[in-house]
Amino acid sequence: MSSVPAIVPARGGPLSGRRLFQPWSWALILVSLLLMVPVLTVFGSIFLPSDGVWAHLYSTVLVDYVSNSLILMVGVGICVLVLGIGPAWLVTMHRFPGRAVLEWALLLPLAMPAYIIAYTYTGLLDVSGPVQEGLRQLFGWSYGDYWFPEIRSLGGAVAMLSLVLYPYVYLLSRTAFTEQSVCVLEVSRTLGCKPRQAFSRVGLPLARPAIIAGLSLALMETLADYGTVQYFGVSTFTTGIFRTWFGLGSSSAAAQLSAFLMLFILILLLLENHSRRRARYHHTSSRYSRLPRLPLYGWKMAAALAFCLFPVVFGFLVPATQLLIWATQTWQATAGRDFYQLITHSLGLAALSSVIAVGLALFVTYGKRLQPNLLSRTAVRILGLGYAVPGTVIAVGVLIPFTWFDNSIDTWMRQQFDFSTGLLLSGTLFALVFAYQVRFLPVSISSVEAGLTKVKPGMDEVGRSMGYGPAQLLRRVHIPMLRGSLLTAGLLVFVDVLKELPATLILRPFNFNTLAVKTYELANEERLAAAAGPALMIVLAGIIPVILLSRTITRSRPGHVQRS
Amino acid sequence: MYRPPVLFLLLTAIGINAVAAEVNIYSARKEALIKPILEEFTVETGITVNLVTGGADELIKRLELEGRNSPADLLLTVDVGRLYRAKQADLLQPVHSETLSEVIPDHYRDPEDYWYGLSLRSRVIVYAKDRVDAADLSTYEALADPQWRNRICVRSSSNIYNQSLVASMVAHQGVEATEQWARGLVKNFARRPKGGDRDQIKAVAVGQCDLALVNTYYLAGMLESDIPAERQAAEKVAVFWPNQDGRGAHVNISGAGVTRAAQHTEEALRLLEFLAGKEAQSWYAEKNYEFPVRDDVPPSELLRQWGGFRADDIELEQLGIHNAEAVRLMDRAGWK
Repeated sequence: MSSVPAIVPARGGPLSGRRLFQPWSWALILVSLLLMVPVLTVFGSIFLPSDGVWAHLYSTVLVDYVSNSLILMVGVGICVLVLGIGPAWLVTMHRFPGRAVLEWALLLPLAMPAYIIAYTYTGLLDVSGPVQEGLRQLFGWSYGDYWFPEIRSLGGAVAMLSLVLYPYVYLLSRTAFTEQSVCVLEVSRTLGCKPRQAFSRVGLPLARPAIIAGLSLALMETLADYGTVQYFGVSTFTTGIFRTWFGLGSSSAAAQLSAFLMLFILILLLLENHSRRRARYHHTSSRYSRLPRLPLYGWKMAAALAFCLFPVVFGFLVPATQLLIWATQTWQATAGRDFYQLITHSLGLAALSSVIAVGLALFVTYGKRLQPNLLSRTAVRILGLGYAVPGTVIAVGVLIPFTWFDNSIDTWMRQQFDFSTGLLLSGTLFALVFAYQVRFLPVSISSVEAGLTKVKPGMDEVGRSMGYGPAQLLRRVHIPMLRGSLLTAGLLVFVDVLKELPATLILRPFNFNTLAVKTYELANEERLAAAAGPALMIVLAGIIPVILLSRTITRSRPGHVQRS
Repeated sequence: MYRPPVLFLLLTAIGINAVAAEVNIYSARKEALIKPILEEFTVETGITVNLVTGGADELIKRLELEGRNSPADLLLTVDVGRLYRAKQADLLQPVHSETLSEVIPDHYRDPEDYWYGLSLRSRVIVYAKDRVDAADLSTYEALADPQWRNRICVRSSSNIYNQSLVASMVAHQGVEATEQWARGLVKNFARRPKGGDRDQIKAVAVGQCDLALVNTYYLAGMLESDIPAERQAAEKVAVFWPNQDGRGAHVNISGAGVTRAAQHTEEALRLLEFLAGKEAQSWYAEKNYEFPVRDDVPPSELLRQWGGFRADDIELEQLGIHNAEAVRLMDRAGWK
């Protein structure tokens, strides 16, 4: 009926390229803006007056906050690199007894929330704990006769956080090592590299983007940690934010502290990006053969085994056993009729959030790939900041715009129709899941992005030359190639949501509790033993995705041959 | 069938607005320590109770941001400082009740009826039975005395119970004297403040320190604990009621106020009266070892063993008024 346009551009043709990508661009900016609102709300606070609170902070506690946070970061940084990269290389490139089990067992501490491992070790190692009690009885000592490392200290916090955060580095560096082409390694051999040199000259440099990604996840989580440092009485930036906010009653100064925290992260990320400069890490070939694992014997085998066992034993086995012992002591009290409900709430929220986070991450990173301009790059970078922001700050960052939105609509409706709509979004699960996205999207973005960078741009060109539009290209080419990364992203978010506490505490609707909330409530009443039941449940629920994760990585290797 | 989420949310919102026999609580008291008595209330009155628990400061923030549309009818906290803060932020409304005015002593409720105390918690000195002679103890002020050098354990100054104690001292003797005292106290610390009140008791039991400042119900909870080690630790210490010859031991409350935004004021008031009632009062006393707010309900048997005590009868509102000053002076004194 209507007239046919004179020229119909061929789909995907050079003429239509720019126009076709416009919707992606717009949608990317829109979604990013929405998700950025909480972070920007916090940033916006920089310009609010804070009546002399800064002068007080500066003259009393600010130096402590900054120096403790820095020491914590450096300490955790070094420990997670050592605990993460070493075992990752060993289990990927070498053969020794127990290797197959360690491959996935090394991920188990990921299921252990930092605050729970802190409670557990305190129970074990504190002055009144069984270890020191045992020593005193064994040698007839009393307090003061002997030296024992203080668990509730800055050093203790470094140890606790490292033990549960190293899996990020392990996970991503192992993925990188697994995906490295054997050819590159073999070429290095022909050039005279010994196995150790293959690691330091080829494996490590090639895995650098993955290692940095893992490290920054671990460090961001370190900066955002509240539960552990607060429990250990270590004043960091995060505890300072809370204290300023609640103790001194200055929400603007508190928000300013968090804004500076974010600024700091942003600078770190930019520095890293700059240092990488124009280096790109694509794969040279898509033909892989099975990795030949070099067997280890004698003391080397023993050393490798000990190196890999250390984080598993102290990051998982010891605390899990202690939790189990407590849980059996207090089982009667915890296993009420509500327990089942707690489990379904926790699992449901985690599953829902991780599916959404994977979808959004794919959308955002792919959008950036289509239109790699300054705007989209900045958008992805700012979205990546949420992970370093303490959950409580994010929660308030969500509450402010959501309640404003709800109350504005309500006011308008009351004026126009004399009808109150009340709060539409605030206090619903929607707000909570939104907050999870702001907080955990960086995890899934970094995983999906790592996968996407490895797909050579040539693949896109080939796809487009076949007449695929962006959406088709994504569905037919990228998603199948990214399956491993997507699953990794989803599982990481799942485990993170399962462990999340502060945002859940503030944003959840009436009569809605999770395992993490329950654990916190009991532990906060200083009933550690009673908290063990729900804590153990979080760990157990986290183990399954963690094991799945490990299988995904092994399978993600193109040359992997499935054994029956 | 596909159900558009917006419509669904709208329906839910309307559902909330419709007046039903229910009451919505934002509670800083942990679920395990409030839910059983709320269920009792529902059985007795048929009024449904909806509960969100969380940190008091966060709940107050939520209440503030939600504004007049907040679904919360009642704010329940475990210290008076936060009730005062909520009142200052115009988040509560005054409610008058013959019953409440009658059973709750004046200084345990707001002079303008914005909030009511529902249970009492005293912060006392506990000492190692084998190393400290109770005759050497007297007042909070005396804890700054050099004879206690390296002998005192107390938790962080971020803790609201410490803030309230210091705020009460500011109210009684001013900022300067209190800061002087805090500096002396910090010098007497046996270790960097850390852990909770139970940890301080355990530290006294193993000999890391000789004295600790704690809330009484923590000690009571340890004495009745399922864990043998906790009971043994608790048995090594004893309670000392400070300032008995003067103003009395520092007392804080757990309490509640009806929110400004409340849509179920009537139900909220009924719940308040129920919580101040004899049944709920003795439940608090038995279950969490707190002191009842009304005189005609006895404390639990365990607490009675520690004898009667004279409580500081300062207007509790003062603790809220001086809170920020207290925090600042503790920062200056180096109380971590």
